[in-house]
Amino acid sequence: MGFLDIDNATKAYGAVEVLHRVDISVQEGEFLVLVGPSGCGKSTLLNMIAGLEDITSGEIRIKDTLMNGVHPSKRNIAMVFQSYALYPNMTVGQNITFGLEMHGVPKPEREKALKEAANLLQIEPLLDRKPGALSGGQRQRVAMGRALVRNPDVFLFDEPLSNLDAKLRVDMRTEIKKLHQKLGTTIVYVTHDQIEAMTLSTRIAVMNGGYVQQLGTPQEIYDTPANIFVATFMGSPAMNVIPAKVAIKDGLPMALVALHDGSEVALPFSQQNMADWAGKEILLGIRPETITDEDAADRKSSNIAHLSNRIVVTEPAGSDTFVTMTLGGKDVIARMRSDADVRPGADFTFAVNMEKAIAFDPASQNRIAP
Amino acid sequence: MARAAQADFKTRLQVWLPKLVLSPSLALMLVFVYGFIVFSVYLSFTDSRLLPSYGWVGLENYSKLWRLSHWWTSISNMAVFAFLYIGICTFLGLGLAIFLDQKIRAEGMLRTIYLYPMALSFIVTGTAWKWFLDPGIGLENVMQSWGWVSFEFDWIKNRDFAIYTVVLAAVWQTSGFVMAMFLAGLRGIDNEILKAAQMDGASNWNLYRRIIIPQLRPAFLSAFVILSHLAIKTFDLVIALTGGGPGRATELPATFMYSYTFSRNQMGIGAASATIMLMTIAAIMIPYLYAELREKS
Amino acid sequence: MSVASQDTAIRTGRAVRTLIYLVLVLFALFYLLPLYVMVVNSVKPLVEITGGGMMNLPQVFTLEPWAKAWSSAQIGVQPTGLSPYFWNSIKMVVPAVAISTVLGALNGYVLTKWRFKYDTILFGLILFACFIPFQIVLIPMAKMLGLMGLAGTTWGLVLVHVVYGVGFTTLYFRNYYAVFPTELIRAAQIDGAGFFQIFWRILLPSSGPIAVVSIIWQFTNIWNDFLFGASFAGADSQPMTVALNNLVQASHGVKEYNVHFAGAILAALPTLLVYIVAGRYFVRGLMAGSVKG
Repeated sequence: MGFLDIDNATKAYGAVEVLHRVDISVQEGEFLVLVGPSGCGKSTLLNMIAGLEDITSGEIRIKDTLMNGVHPSKRNIAMVFQSYALYPNMTVGQNITFGLEMHGVPKPEREKALKEAANLLQIEPLLDRKPGALSGGQRQRVAMGRALVRNPDVFLFDEPLSNLDAKLRVDMRTEIKKLHQKLGTTIVYVTHDQIEAMTLSTRIAVMNGGYVQQLGTPQEIYDTPANIFVATFMGSPAMNVIPAKVAIKDGLPMALVALHDGSEVALPFSQQNMADWAGKEILLGIRPETITDEDAADRKSSNIAHLSNRIVVTEPAGSDTFVTMTLGGKDVIARMRSDADVRPGADFTFAVNMEKAIAFDPASQNRIAP
Repeated sequence: MARAAQADFKTRLQVWLPKLVLSPSLALMLVFVYGFIVFSVYLSFTDSRLLPSYGWVGLENYSKLWRLSHWWTSISNMAVFAFLYIGICTFLGLGLAIFLDQKIRAEGMLRTIYLYPMALSFIVTGTAWKWFLDPGIGLENVMQSWGWVSFEFDWIKNRDFAIYTVVLAAVWQTSGFVMAMFLAGLRGIDNEILKAAQMDGASNWNLYRRIIIPQLRPAFLSAFVILSHLAIKTFDLVIALTGGGPGRATELPATFMYSYTFSRNQMGIGAASATIMLMTIAAIMIPYLYAELREKS
Repeated sequence: MSVASQDTAIRTGRAVRTLIYLVLVLFALFYLLPLYVMVVNSVKPLVEITGGGMMNLPQVFTLEPWAKAWSSAQIGVQPTGLSPYFWNSIKMVVPAVAISTVLGALNGYVLTKWRFKYDTILFGLILFACFIPFQIVLIPMAKMLGLMGLAGTTWGLVLVHVVYGVGFTTLYFRNYYAVFPTELIRAAQIDGAGFFQIFWRILLPSSGPIAVVSIIWQFTNIWNDFLFGASFAGADSQPMTVALNNLVQASHGVKEYNVHFAGAILAALPTLLVYIVAGRYFVRGLMAGSVKG
């Protein structure tokens, strides 16, 4: 039994089901991130936890109390919205304490709570201003203050950073993480940004098409994605997905992949059980950072394969250089060191860390190895 | 337990409150609009005369109505009036809007002047134009006293021309409003499109004809819907300007309905004419509202 | 003339510009003409008008027609002037505008922030009521007002104007609230504010611009109404427009054009003042609802 239990939760608008049998159990102090493309149902799920949308079937429990049909204000939750949702006609102080006022908290207590929250978020000088006079980052802090002051069981964040510019977004991300470490609160956080999901969470639920595709720690999600959707959604640049054929060579299962000129290269699997797929087509998932030049190949890996292929495009990005080549008829990106000697049109020998390679079943799109 | 039950009631009340708050307005609409429409339509099938009466006569009122020359006069007057009123208002409104959109110095003041007639009652408008157009004291008299002795302008007293004076006063009252609608539409057009067209070598004339005016489609549609419904509802202006005369030269369906119902004690026929007016407006408004509301939701 | 400006990017030559100004000024004169005629002739003796001087400035300036129109002109049977009817209009307009605006605000709030099944259809039904030809409701309304004991009273007229005005006020508030961020409502819900608390504390403080639109619109429409006034008002509740029409159409005695013009201005003055003083807020408020959306 968790701290927040989402049990078989389903949401339907009329005959259209937008969220299918979601099961997630969140422990106290956990930072759960719901991530997925727009329309995947993550915000709907968050709104159902908040009580802003009805649950069609299934149950949502907080601290073992059934929340279905309970008014949002009586769930002891707080929410930070994408637009911050600060009341334009109230001062920052009034914004932060409005919830306490509505819950009948006496004024001296409200003032005390306001002071604490303002101190924690370093917004004391702003308390008498109206939201219209604040910068994006300041509004963000006020919105968090409004949530903090309630001392809720669960914090809900709905894409809180997406309205900030790139630099501020990184800063606020760190702030949120610090705050979580300091207060140890339970957080459910919705974002479409996979980097936010990776950096902030203790666990991630990757969603698509109303289904939870995979629920796991950031490392699990990244290293062993459940299917091609999760594999390509998490990570930037996205994981390369290359059509390949499985064959046995020297008693080992290999992936046969077509090079730019049509000739084939054999890349040995690290998993013996791939022998079961001998003679069949698979999709081979290789992350860009596991394709390098030979010098930069991972020394700890016991399975480095080499292939020589023509470079199509190079994209220097400062710290790295991204190299595009053709493998199995697809554009494949390799992430090289910036000093690698790569030129478009030249042939180059790449090192592929096959220990990290993932095989998918082309029919079901699910992971078959490792 | 009791507390929990109470909280639950409060939560449920929050669900019902919105509908509760909306219900007085809905009840008013249901009775005073849709109930009344049903009642009036029903009356048009009865033998009501001075007072509502419930003897069913089928379509008799309608067949009587369509045999009345008085009704035909108001219908044909309406056709002339609506055609000219809508046409001239649209043309004038669009023209003035385009002219005002050329970075005109006193735009604010001109806009105010063009729009103020909208704030007036049709009774005031009618009174002002009635005396201004009156041959005895108005324009004709003034011109003659200024020395143009042969000047004649007696449209308002002339059976063949009186309807045009109604058009004149109605255009005066609403064309500024149409201008404002088109001006808003013009201001909504992306300037970059215009710059791109200028780069393509379009002349001003072509710019308006090929790029700008086609983009004003929504404004044309709104203008048409508003003007046509105003045209069908025109009543006060005729009462104040000509009283429906001379003779019946400026009778419109609205004045026809009023006089048949309240002065001639032919309530059944009055109700039949009102039903026809309603159907005409509904034929224009319902598709428009349907499209608008569908788009928004 | 700089090209970079928020209005049109079109450039015109000098001759064309002169022509444009000419046309614009001519039309300004056209729109001002009736106002000029009314004002000028309301301050001159009757003989100057009948003598062919309608377009001239007054040779003898007199406020006599105004005084007569206001307090002693023959309207119906009594020589009361327009003043009692002016107050009738005020007594009718103020409550009707207030009630229909409050109802419209609440309806707009419900229809945008508490959406439920078929709410768009309900709104369509409310909105359509604005556009019906009122001839279709005249007969049953007369009967209903009689049944309710409101026939011939100011309160009867208030009821009528509320019923047929609430569609417009609902439209205005709905469009305005539609672009009001729904997240604010959700935040307030989580904060524990109820239905009316959200309305009072969150929505209403931001509703100034659209309230102005609703009030101006309703005030103008109700003040200028003639059909309902003529159909349902009693002798002591007739509004200004009906009284003005009676004054002008009176068939007995000499036609006192100068008094008619003064009366017309008196009837037009309240709405004209509202237009001149608050017209720009009207446009601004309308824009606030549509531009953001």
